[in-house]
Amino acid sequence: MNLIYTKSKGLTDRETHYCPGCSHGIIHKLVAETLVELDILGSTIGCAAVGCSILCYNYFKVDMVECAHGRAPAVATGIKRTQPDKVVFTYQGDGDLASIGTGEIVHAAHRSEKITTIFVNNAIFGMTGGQMAPTTLPGQVATTAPQGRDTSHTGMPIRISEMLAQIPGATYVARVSVHDPKAIVQAKKAIVKGFKYQLENRGFSLIEVLSSCPTGWGLSPVDAMTWLEENMIPYYPLGTFRSQEETRDV
Amino acid sequence: MPKSLMKGNEALAKGAILGGCTHFFGYPITPQNEIPEFLARELPKTGGIFLQAESEIAAINMVYGAAAAGGRPMTSSSSPGIALMQEGISLLAAAELPSVIVNVQRGGPGIGTIQPSQCDYFQMTRGGGNGDYSIIALAPSTAQESAEMMIDAFELAQRYRTPVFIVSDGMLGQMMEPVTMPSKVPQQSVKKDWAAVGHDNRRPPITIKTLALDPCDLEQINLRLQEKFMRIRESESRYETYRISEAELIFCGYGSVGRILKNSVDQLRHEGVRVGLLRVKTLWPFPVEAFNVLPPRCRHILSTEMNCGQMIDDVRLAVNGKIQVTHYGRPGGIIPTPEELADHAKNILAGGCQ
Repeated sequence: MNLIYTKSKGLTDRETHYCPGCSHGIIHKLVAETLVELDILGSTIGCAAVGCSILCYNYFKVDMVECAHGRAPAVATGIKRTQPDKVVFTYQGDGDLASIGTGEIVHAAHRSEKITTIFVNNAIFGMTGGQMAPTTLPGQVATTAPQGRDTSHTGMPIRISEMLAQIPGATYVARVSVHDPKAIVQAKKAIVKGFKYQLENRGFSLIEVLSSCPTGWGLSPVDAMTWLEENMIPYYPLGTFRSQEETRDV
Repeated sequence: MPKSLMKGNEALAKGAILGGCTHFFGYPITPQNEIPEFLARELPKTGGIFLQAESEIAAINMVYGAAAAGGRPMTSSSSPGIALMQEGISLLAAAELPSVIVNVQRGGPGIGTIQPSQCDYFQMTRGGGNGDYSIIALAPSTAQESAEMMIDAFELAQRYRTPVFIVSDGMLGQMMEPVTMPSKVPQQSVKKDWAAVGHDNRRPPITIKTLALDPCDLEQINLRLQEKFMRIRESESRYETYRISEAELIFCGYGSVGRILKNSVDQLRHEGVRVGLLRVKTLWPFPVEAFNVLPPRCRHILSTEMNCGQMIDDVRLAVNGKIQVTHYGRPGGIIPTPEELADHAKNILAGGCQ
């Protein structure tokens, strides 16, 4: 019998704390596979951010630094400026990056810090129990938007990738999804590219990954993936917003 | 060793380089700007990194990252900027990351003024961030001492794996004085096997973290930190006494006021009034032991600060009711004159203004 699939060597054997159907697991796998394939597991320092993925240091087999809410890009800056030959990444959710941490991510991109950010966007605050995030879709129900997000009251959802793509220092910005196998393959390619940009010393890279939150959304795991595809992708189009090969206007 | 004329802020910056500072992250704020300006120019010459952050919040988190990755980072700011950094300072204390934070105090509360003040005594000694922690707080009173304490701050930060405050103020920072500086300070190489630098596939991954969801774990972490703080209390408190022999009244002060008080003491002693000075050099750990060796004749301690009375709490705790303690201070950026302080002391000794 041929072994055709194994867990990535970049992940520990610990059982994750994520909810059933949460796509953090898929994204962890893609990041871990990337670190193994690029042979940088031993030279990588990760930054864990406040949110559901704060405990990701229990799963990634790399040195990690836990960061205060929103501050991972600043912490990563300090790490990279101290260990410039090492690979540094942040793993941040949308509550963290798109809300309290907008200043840090904008300026890390602006300085073109040679770091890679994995930005997991599930349109909600997951860890704290399903509150509205800046990324919550119009009409989407959240515990702090019980009637659905009223955009006349709270504004339209923020499109981080499009915003960061305006910044000269952001050398690679892409939005991917993990709602089906094809999307997962594309997501992996983007994550690999982001880390390669860092290895090639090109500058700041960010991969926004659209992700499901069945618990926060009140949906079954399967329905959550469908909801992501049908509702998130139209507002958050997939694609490369900035790269040095193919810079496209957005 | 050559003598050079420099501002207190420049002495701090020069001291940082001598102390082995590898990284500076900061955000402009008056009256501390000479520190980043000096380091932007001089730190790269020693192989160090100067980076201006987008905010004080980012600056302290860059310090956190650099310390976590084995650097010897610092930041500097002034009162409201330090207020913004408090979350990061709590993290540095909790994660036990060696770092140095300079506060060149200005008048508050609020945006206040850029004039000198000591209104951050509580901020520096009571932990402005969340949680049970203490931070070593060194309070220089001259440019010379600014440089020396800065060198010391880096050493203490490494030795105890903890953030260290330098508590200066706008007067010390801006005033020019001759400073004698060593050309080099030998540094002990510290093995940082706890730092997150990549495991190189040779050891298990390291995590630098402060989250501990299990209360039993967090209690143990707290108790271990407290043991460290106790060790610091036992060995790092510092003070200076000045003409306290036979003193009936002893001024207690630090920083700029600590030096102004020397003039007041000289003036009063010249008039035959028996006063002395206890100058506090470490705001935390507070030199409680100094109050056990005051002359038996001492019947009054005048806690003197450029604020509305903050250190007086620590003085009263140290004296524990044995001697009368009162406060005299000028808040809002006013610097008291030696004569004003001397008059107040005379008044107390004559039985007035208690």
